[in-house]
Order: sequence, then structure tokens, then C-alpha cells
Amino acid sequence: MADKLPPTPKLDELEKGPWPSFVSEIKMAAKSSLASQDLLGLLERSYNEKIGHWKHGGIVGVLGYGGGVIGRYCDLPAEFPNVSHFHTVRVNQPAGWYYKTDALRKICDIWEKRGSGLTNMHGSTGDIILLGTRTDELEPIFAELTAIGFDLGGSGSDVRTPSCCLGKSRCEWACYDTMALTHDLTQSFQDELHRPAFPYKFKFKMSGCPNDCVASVARADISIIGTWRDNIRVNQDAVLEYTKNGLNIQKEVIAFCPGKCMEWDGKQLDIDNSTCRRCMHCINVMPKALRPGKDTGATVLIGSKAPIIEGALLSSVLIPFWKPVAPYTDLKDLMGRIWEIWCEEGKNRERIGEFIQRMGMGNFLETIGVEPIPEMVAHPRENPYVFYEEYLVEDDEEEGQDKN
Amino acid sequence: MPEPTRKRVTDIGPPHYEQFLPPAIKENYGKWLYHEFVKPGVLMHVSESGAKLFTVRAGGSRLMSIQKIRMICDLADKYCGGYLRFTSRHNIEFMFTDPTQIDPLIADLAKIGHPVGGTGRSITSIVHTQGWVHCHSAATDASGIVKSVMDGVIEHFTHSDLPAKCRIALACCLNMCGAVHCSDIAILGIHRRPPKIDHANLKKTCEIPNVSASCPTAAIRPGTVDGMPSVVVEEDRCMFCANCYTVCPSMKLNDPLNDGVSIWVGGKVSNARHEPMFSKLAIPYLPNNPPRWPEVTDAIINIINVWKGHARKNERLGEWIERIGWPRFFQMTGIQFEKLHIDDFKHAGLTFKRSAHLMF
Ligand code: SF4
Ligand code: SF4
Ligand code: SF4
Ligand code: SF4
Repeated sequence: MADKLPPTPKLDELEKGPWPSFVSEIKMAAKSSLASQDLLGLLERSYNEKIGHWKHGGIVGVLGYGGGVIGRYCDLPAEFPNVSHFHTVRVNQPAGWYYKTDALRKICDIWEKRGSGLTNMHGSTGDIILLGTRTDELEPIFAELTAIGFDLGGSGSDVRTPSCCLGKSRCEWACYDTMALTHDLTQSFQDELHRPAFPYKFKFKMSGCPNDCVASVARADISIIGTWRDNIRVNQDAVLEYTKNGLNIQKEVIAFCPGKCMEWDGKQLDIDNSTCRRCMHCINVMPKALRPGKDTGATVLIGSKAPIIEGALLSSVLIPFWKPVAPYTDLKDLMGRIWEIWCEEGKNRERIGEFIQRMGMGNFLETIGVEPIPEMVAHPRENPYVFYEEYLVEDDEEEGQDKN
Repeated sequence: MPEPTRKRVTDIGPPHYEQFLPPAIKENYGKWLYHEFVKPGVLMHVSESGAKLFTVRAGGSRLMSIQKIRMICDLADKYCGGYLRFTSRHNIEFMFTDPTQIDPLIADLAKIGHPVGGTGRSITSIVHTQGWVHCHSAATDASGIVKSVMDGVIEHFTHSDLPAKCRIALACCLNMCGAVHCSDIAILGIHRRPPKIDHANLKKTCEIPNVSASCPTAAIRPGTVDGMPSVVVEEDRCMFCANCYTVCPSMKLNDPLNDGVSIWVGGKVSNARHEPMFSKLAIPYLPNNPPRWPEVTDAIINIINVWKGHARKNERLGEWIERIGWPRFFQMTGIQFEKLHIDDFKHAGLTFKRSAHLMF
């Protein structure tokens, strides 16, 4: 088949240069896949015309699941018949993206036989993305994937595949076991993940410390970011060692400390932990000398999202300090309460962050039974348009009157 | 209904990660003490037990063939006992305990075209979306720009030579699969022409009330066009978000004459030093110029060079800009400030300069 590759002078330009080339990847796949051959031709056409050639996805999937497959059809099926269907299969990655090669090879074998041979390792949400197959291959792919122990991830208005940083497996800063929590939540929410019943998507991302390597604060409806409550552990000898090796503590560490809570007298590093903001900067710069404390847990934040529809949001604090203890029943119960009100009153395509803005954080907290506390706000409101909920009437001075 | 011959397996979830952990990781899980950078792309993690684990990080393209995955598996078999992992930014990590394996592995990776780097004060692989390879919404391609930009900045991938790390991300439309809006540098595909409405098919393919309700600026209302029930768009209210197109294929936003790319800078997600920040608009429009998008690559290299030349050690791009101020950012990068830079959506006033704190 190799000699039948379509001419792609534009794309060939992208095989030059030192960075790994996706064009070379498609060409490699095209040796054994007619779909990848047609993809090359189609993509060259897009490069000439400066426009994509894909249509909206139709509803395709596997029996009993409402998510996990993104339908995709080409708008030039006569010219590129082998990509007339080019559906994406999302495969739920193992937490932390660790693999044994035999498992990966088995996925490759299935995908060689039943798809384009192209993948994304991994998609933005975290899944293994198998890129491009036909509707009639979906059930066989699903059967073969489950036979080797893999399952589909989320898509559409459901729990999206949770993902996490590698946490305690290889990072000394992990304040809780991100991989354990991620795996547990994924297993517990299989129904919510596979059968969309929400107003819109719902993402969980777990980062082991405030460095937030999986960008949970910007990309997850629930962001779980590791932190600690006690004091930063300091090894003064190691601090001194860093300064001997050329680190300018004043300039590179203290000047950047947002808590302005550090002092260095040339021998001893003092940290006022009561105003430390748990930002990680000093620890990042001196990993051999400083460590997060021992009383570790996580901050749970809610509501971040990309701009669509009402504008981008960052997650905001819901629980300042949470001790993740398996089986995490407290968190799961809270999720149940959040989903209940959101499913009942959320509008179609309204993320939880937008929903909270519409109903008001205060009202939202009341509904899910969480006390409002100052950690949840950057500062109290500045605007005096307050929705007071009760007022007194003349003949009833004892009790407040609910205006509802 | 006939009995199924085999019970259909569903809802098993992902395999448990534990079976995929290299022995050295399993043994030292939760016991890591500190790490060091051995050289760019190579980390050494040291455990309480004294055990040392070496990690070699190779850059990867997000779009990968099974043929390449098999080559990578061959290397993991040869050097790592059959274990490997991927990072959230499409890098591939090889882990082992014998430091003499580092250089041979790096040489083998070079043979299959994968550079090693992306650690410390560097640029690591660009996270991105599907683009013309696979999405109906795309205002630009994703993989092509990413490849061109990475070719242009590769020295900052293979060397840890920047003031701080620099995270670049690309989304090919405002849907921002993968949310690029908190990146040091975000490349965003944009439409600039209101929807071209397929009046003949709209009624057949879409629910008219849904289409009008989808518009955040209420630019769409039901209307009759050429005797057909359809919708009309008040064009000067359109901000090209493509929400209508997401719910209705007859509201096409894609347009080769007007689609292109905008560049956003100064966002971050980490809590280190400054709190997480959104990226802000640096360049409102650059043309789609495939195959290598030279205008986009040049603009990004320029921004990186100016930042590299002037920032203090540890200052992310956004932190540096915050210190020197936006006027100086525009002046130093030579980027023209214009009307489009000033927000005019909800809460725009919060982004105005509301004090006399100015630098001259
Ligand atoms: S988020 Fe923190 S714990 Fe997780 S990998 Fe990053 S630095 Fe380590
Ligand atoms: S963690 Fe951040 S706030 Fe706390 S002492 Fe270190 S630099 Fe300062
Ligand atoms: S960012 Fe937009 S165009 Fe790109 S893959 Fe996502 S929805 Fe499609
Ligand atoms: S692109 Fe957005 S703003 Fe423009 S008409 Fe469609 S929904 Fe409305």
C-alpha cells in the first residue's frame, strides 16, 4: 500500500525539522491503513484550502453506553471513502499514565486490525484516543478492549474520565495519593461516566500539590489539589548547602515568597508558617532542603471551565482542607448532592461553574449543605446590592419573616 | 430475543494502575525524598531508602501511530523491563535504576526521532487539540502549528535555559478542548465572520428555538428567509464564539478567508509564587499560513526571546509582565496595542487600569 500514498507537498514540509513529525506518524500508519492514506490526502486538501473537512459528529457508540465514542464523518466521502466514517474511541487510561508494554501492544494490535492505526497519547482529558474507525467496528473494538481489561472513557454530558498527576508514585511533594483517589472515583462513577445524564460535562482532576501539574484549577469542575496544614519541614544544613552552591536565597526565594513570611540571616532560614500560603515556590527551588509538612490533605475547589458559554472560570475553594481517606464517602456524598441540584435546575450545556454563578454561590452552598466560610472568597462582596432574605414586620417583632 | 453467546462485559473501568508500576516505583511509592536534574530531560529521584530512580523524558507528538508506539515499547523493553509512562503533555518517560543506561537510551531515542528534554526551566511539549485532522469546528490546524513552533523553540526544550518554565498550549477554536486559557503562551484558533446560514437545510437539521437560545449575545432570532422558516443573525452582535454552530451544523463559522490565530500570554495554573492567572490577549489575529505558519512561529519566538532577555530568574512570563507592566510588554515586543485588546464583554471594567500606578 505504501506506494499509493497521495502526493502531499504541503504536509511534507512538516516532516522537516527536529521535533517529532505528526505527518511522519500518519505516513507510518498509512503503510497498513487505507483510512490513514485517505487522511493524508484529506489533510493536504485542508492545508491547501485552509479549512477543515469534517462534519458534526452523529450519535454513534456501543450498546448501553452513551459516551466514549465521538462520531465523525468527512464532508468529501466520494473522494476520500476510507475516512467517510472516522470515529474516535476514548479509552480510559490507567491512573498516572503508566503502562506495561504488553498492554500497550495489545491495544495497538486491536487498533491495527480495526482502526486507522493513529492514536493520541493522550487526549486533553486524559484518555487514550484511538483516532478514526467505522461504525461497524465499534462493538468488536469494545469487546476486544474489555477482554484485555480496558474500558471506554467519558464523552458528552457525563462524568469525563478523571485524571491525575503521578502523585506519590514518583513525586516527593504529593500530599495525598492522587492515583488511588482517581482510580477509586473512576470505578465508583462508572455509571455516571458511561451514561450521560447531566446538563453538561463534569471533570475531576487530581493534583498532588499546589504546583498543580494537571492544571486542575483551570480545567476541572472539581479540582483536588494537595496541601498541608502544619509547618514546612526544613533541613537547615541542606539550605546552607544550596547557598554554598550558589543559590541566592534572598533574590531567588524570599523575594518571590507571596506570604512575605521568610527570613534568612545567612545561617538560618526562618518561616512564619502562619502566613505561608502553601504556594510551593521555596520548596520547588530547594527540594533537598524543604518539604511540605506532615499533616497533609487536599483543597477541594469547584467550577473551572473554558470560555464557552459565559466566559472562562477558575475553580474556587469549596473545602479548604480535606483528608482523603478511602473509600472517600464524604466526597462522594457531596458529589451526589451537587449533581442532584445541578441535574434538577441546571440548563442544557451549563457547566457547574456557570450554574453556581447563576444561582449564587451562597444559595448553592445552602442547597448542598456546606457552611459558607471566608476561605471561599478572595474578599467579601464589594457591591451593596444584597439579597437579604428576611425582614421584620410591625406586629411580629419576635421573628423574622421569610420573604419567600 | 436470542440469548447472547457471551456475557457482554461493561463498566469494568480502567485497569488498576498498580500492575503497570515499575518495581522501583512500587517499592518506593510515597517514600520519595527529593529529586535532582541530572541534565536536561533527565531526572533523578531519591527515596528515603536511598534508592535512586532515573527518568528520561522524551518529547512526543500527540498524534502517534501504533508503529511508533511499538518502537517506544521496544525501547521500554530494552531499558526499563517493559514499563513506561506518558506525561500530561504528551511526553514519554522511561524509568530505570541504572544510570549507565541513560546515554544509550537517549541515543536510541534520537534514532527514532525523539529529542530528550522538557524539564526544569524549559519549554515542554505543547498540549493541543485536533484541528483539521479531526474536528468540524477548527479555525486552524493544531498539529501543524505545534510542529512548526516546537521546531523553532527546540533549543529551549533540550536546554533548561529560560527564566522559568514556559507552558505553551493550542486550541483550534474557542471551545478550547483542553482549556488553554491559563498558559504562558496560548495559541487560539479564531473565526472572524458571522455564521453563514444554510437556510434551505436549517429547519431540517436543527431546532430553531435551540439555535436562537444558543447565542450568548442574543444575536440570533427566528425569522423567515426566502419563505423558509430559519434564523437571522444580527451580525454586529456576533463575537464568533461558534456556539450556534456547535448546536446546529447549518450555522457554519469556518471560513478560509477570515479564520486564523490569536496569541495570548501570561497565564499559569501553578500556585507557586503568583496565584493562577488567565492568559491575556497579545496578538488579536495572525493569518492561517500553512504548512508552517511563519507569522505565528515568529511571534512566539519573539515573545520568548524578549522575556528570556529581561525576566528575573523564576519569573514566569505573566509574572514578569506583571512586574514591568503591560505598556512595556507591548513596547519591548514591538506588538501593536489596539482597540481589540480592550475587553468589552461582561465585567470588562475590571480589566481597566483603575489607579495612577503607572511606569514611565
Ligand atoms: S502536582 Fe505536585 S505532587 Fe503532583 S506531580 Fe506535580 S509537583 Fe508532584
Ligand atoms: S510555600 Fe510559598 S508562601 Fe510558603 S514560605 Fe514557601 S514561598 Fe513562602
Ligand atoms: S478546540 Fe474546537 S476545533 Fe479544536 S478540537 Fe476542540 S472543539 Fe474541535
Ligand atoms: S457565533 Fe456565537 S455570537 Fe455569533 S451568532 Fe453564533 S452563537 Fe451568536
